[in-house]
Amino acid sequence: MIHLDIQKRLHGAKGGLNLAIQLNLQKGDFACLYGASGVGKTSTLRMLAGLMPVDQGEIKVNHQIWFNSTKKINLRPQDRSLGYVFQDYALFPNMTVWENLRFALPKGASEQRISDLIEMVELGDLQGQKPATLSGGQQQRVALARALVQQPPILLLDEPFSALDHGIRQKLQDYLKQIHQQFELTTILVSHNVHEITKLANKVIVIVDGKVTQTASSQQVFTELGVQQSLQLKGEIIKIEEKGNELVLSIQIQDNVIQKSIPLKLKNQYQLDQEIELNGDFFMH
Amino acid sequence: MDWTPLVLTFQLATITTIILVLVALPLAYWLVHSRSYFKPIVETLVSMPLVLPPTVLGFYFLIAFSPNHAFGQWLDEYLGLRLVFSFTGLVIASVIYSLPFMVQPIQAGLAGLSPSLREAAFVLGKSKWITLWKVEIPNIKAALLTGIVLSFAHTIGEFGVVLMIGGNIPAQTKVASIAIYDEVEALNYSAANSYSLILFVITFCILLMVYAINGGYVKRFWK
Repeated sequence: MIHLDIQKRLHGAKGGLNLAIQLNLQKGDFACLYGASGVGKTSTLRMLAGLMPVDQGEIKVNHQIWFNSTKKINLRPQDRSLGYVFQDYALFPNMTVWENLRFALPKGASEQRISDLIEMVELGDLQGQKPATLSGGQQQRVALARALVQQPPILLLDEPFSALDHGIRQKLQDYLKQIHQQFELTTILVSHNVHEITKLANKVIVIVDGKVTQTASSQQVFTELGVQQSLQLKGEIIKIEEKGNELVLSIQIQDNVIQKSIPLKLKNQYQLDQEIELNGDFFMH
Repeated sequence: MDWTPLVLTFQLATITTIILVLVALPLAYWLVHSRSYFKPIVETLVSMPLVLPPTVLGFYFLIAFSPNHAFGQWLDEYLGLRLVFSFTGLVIASVIYSLPFMVQPIQAGLAGLSPSLREAAFVLGKSKWITLWKVEIPNIKAALLTGIVLSFAHTIGEFGVVLMIGGNIPAQTKVASIAIYDEVEALNYSAANSYSLILFVITFCILLMVYAINGGYVKRFWK
């Protein structure tokens, strides 16, 4: 269904990056692009949507060529039928919830479609309001509904839940799962939340430094193939206690605190407020 | 008191502002989205009236529009236009003179919008034109209003350019600022004061309106 083989030279804050991505997705796949920040996940999504120029390669969807550098074919974003949920939602501030969806409605299509979608994401009471008056989760649902108005076969989501708190995130993931099945979509999600990916995606595409290093089911990627060995977390030592012949370190990683016992003889290597890196091995012991 | 100079001033400002909106919107749009090598040159040219003495601009207009020179002669022969010392000439000069006051706020407004708004509209199948009209312009209303009011007020305040290219022809090119100068020259201080006071009050009200609307005071009042 989606065949993508593209190359692109990116210039980021960390210097240049040669992006070379190959992807093959079947109809009905729920794929997740997984990787650290700045490896080219969002760029891949943008190039598929036609929002960023591609240097070389080919993008084919349902046997239709969207981009081919040798044949000099490059469809405009307007001509690529897909739905896109932006990281910042990109709701039009001048339009109400209803008008945002109405704007997306193709000519001649029935407005019933809008009502159905608004009902599905439970926004009936808020349809006359402007996006600025909505909460993050509500805005996210509007963005999701708007992306579906044109009934695209493909849905792209760029870290759609990153700015939301845990409870709302769970609920929206359920919505997305339901929508994916109900509309028989082929969905590509950019995420680095392992829990989210395991819950939603049947395929995980691991991207490291601009290249696809693994494509497998989410379970395989996160267990058998051992992604966690390359996963690195940064933490800060907030407490050091001596217990018998062991030293217990309390390490804060974002909002969580974990404890790690180490032999007392390593005492000199650690101090309070020190920033340390933990790799996947840490969790295996 | 002769009201003609004041009427002429507001006619000039209104026509200039309308033309400026039509010219500045596409120009600002191009400046925001273009990657052309000419962009910095165009940006510089647009901003030149901010720093040049108005007389420099007026002088070159005078030369260019004069029937004794090639361009002016061409205008006269083929289009029947005599731009020196005419109202049409004033309008053209004013449009160029006030161009940065319209282009810069619109350009800043468009550049300040999140690029994803435009992209979202494109992905939803909307053309650049529809996106500009339905998404971008409605979200830069404050910038547009600032541009309109500043250009209008700036045109009212013109003196140097008008004097150079328009001269002092009653009911044609004698705008309020020229009339004030004229009355002072004739030691007619009371008439000069009347014109000055009217201009002062009107421009004060116009600027107050912008700050009140953009500062959200009007919205608060109506709530």
